[in-house]
Amino acid sequence: MAGQIKLAIDHVSKTYQSERGETTAIHDINLKITENEFVTVIGPSGCGKSTLLNIIAGLEPATDGKIICDGQPVQGTGSERGVVFQQYALFPWLTVRQNVAFGLKMRKDKSAAAQERVNHYIEIVGLSEFADRYPKELSGGMRQRVAIARAYAANPAVLLMDEPFGALDAQTRGQLQEELLQTWEKEQKTCFFITHDVDEAILLGQKIVIMNAHPGTVKEVVAVDLDYPRNQETRLSEAFLAIKKHVWAQVYSSAGV
Amino acid sequence: MQSELELPTKVHKAKQTRKLKPHPRVRKLAWLTLSITVAIGVWWLLSVLPGTKESFPNPVAVASAVGTMLGRGVLFSDIGSSLFSVIWGFVFGFIFALPIAILMAWYKPLENIIGPWIQFIRSIPPLAYVPLVVVSAGIGAKAQIIVICIATFLVMTVTIYQGVVNIDPTLIKAARVLGARDRDIFVHVIVPAATPYIITAVRLGATTALTTLIAAESTGAEAGLGMRIQSLSQTFDMAPMMLYIIIIGIIGITLDKLIRMFERKVTKWQDK
Repeated sequence: MAGQIKLAIDHVSKTYQSERGETTAIHDINLKITENEFVTVIGPSGCGKSTLLNIIAGLEPATDGKIICDGQPVQGTGSERGVVFQQYALFPWLTVRQNVAFGLKMRKDKSAAAQERVNHYIEIVGLSEFADRYPKELSGGMRQRVAIARAYAANPAVLLMDEPFGALDAQTRGQLQEELLQTWEKEQKTCFFITHDVDEAILLGQKIVIMNAHPGTVKEVVAVDLDYPRNQETRLSEAFLAIKKHVWAQVYSSAGV
Repeated sequence: MQSELELPTKVHKAKQTRKLKPHPRVRKLAWLTLSITVAIGVWWLLSVLPGTKESFPNPVAVASAVGTMLGRGVLFSDIGSSLFSVIWGFVFGFIFALPIAILMAWYKPLENIIGPWIQFIRSIPPLAYVPLVVVSAGIGAKAQIIVICIATFLVMTVTIYQGVVNIDPTLIKAARVLGARDRDIFVHVIVPAATPYIITAVRLGATTALTTLIAAESTGAEAGLGMRIQSLSQTFDMAPMMLYIIIIGIIGITLDKLIRMFERKVTKWQDK
């Protein structure tokens, strides 16, 4: 495999202390993600996939092991790791434009280039007409587009996405999947995408990480050898269905269903 | 064909009904006028019914009390003195409440220590601690401001604290991953997210300031709406007393309206 290692997850474990004793959320996770690679993570609920994302983002410390981004061990949050949350997490008191500009504002970047970036990503997600609206005036799909534009505008080296389309209806989800693929093809970026939807994991990922639950461990990493550009029709191809069969079996056997 | 023929009349009708329906502002004013008219009607009724007429002097008598109190030269000094205590008591209450409420929501140990104190003092009627204030602060404006400050501080602290505690933690995470430091999170997330609660606190504080007026002015005030109501009650001077009660109500409604206007300006982003 060519390509530089962008993000390495090195023997990462997380144990929570509670009144009932210790709970191991994830145990000894090892993954290497190369530059501009799109990795999807799938697993039953309780497999600790969100915990893993929070640790990579620096929102939670790992109990053991470390995260290495661009050769540097990460400590806390950093703008080189952007996050898109399932609940959008837009600032409701800011307009679309102000939300997208938030990361640049935190960096005190008032340059014309920063302005340009903001406008560029609002345009990419197709919300130029809505740039001065507040989040309450937008639909769920539009809100998530703003969140994606906001993450992109901050120009992170790695984009972490925690079931970003989980709360959307099927049609909007399909649309946003295609848009995300198009954006990723246009502007290459290392992506780490969590989902509980097998189709979504295959459609978006170059590599699927299947996780086991209790404790969360990596069960298998599946390479997705499907051509680009991918779209909703890709889901009907033989190759897609073959991968789906395999992933499906793995996910459901690990769920113990 | 038929439907085409019908269409113009329908459009015409729609236009007509739109013309007939008055502007929402006009309708609101009409309702308000009706509400006040009914209130005056009920008041009039109370002033003639044998069971209540001793308590309720009729509206005309109360209106003429304006002249009486002006003649005694106390009306404006009473209003002025009360507004002075209300405004300063409220301002100091707010200045203390805002940082303390936010710190309590931010640092759990502080909440654990101060929280019970606030709940404790909140259940005590202000009139009960007036003597404590007077002993140290003496009588006069200072004591009145302190009493109002304590009462408004308590209610505003509780409300703002609730607001800060209820802030969606995902918003703070989102700000952090976009590079926000603690200071940025305070200025750019906590304060704007808590703004609706802060304004609610201000409204509750303004109401509390007025309802505490009688207690505050029982500190031996020389003028004031609350003090005057008490002194008039001793001589059963019902008409001017009623007038003063109405004045307090009008001040309360006006303050609330002003705060609401401000609220609409700063929280237009909010889901209604």
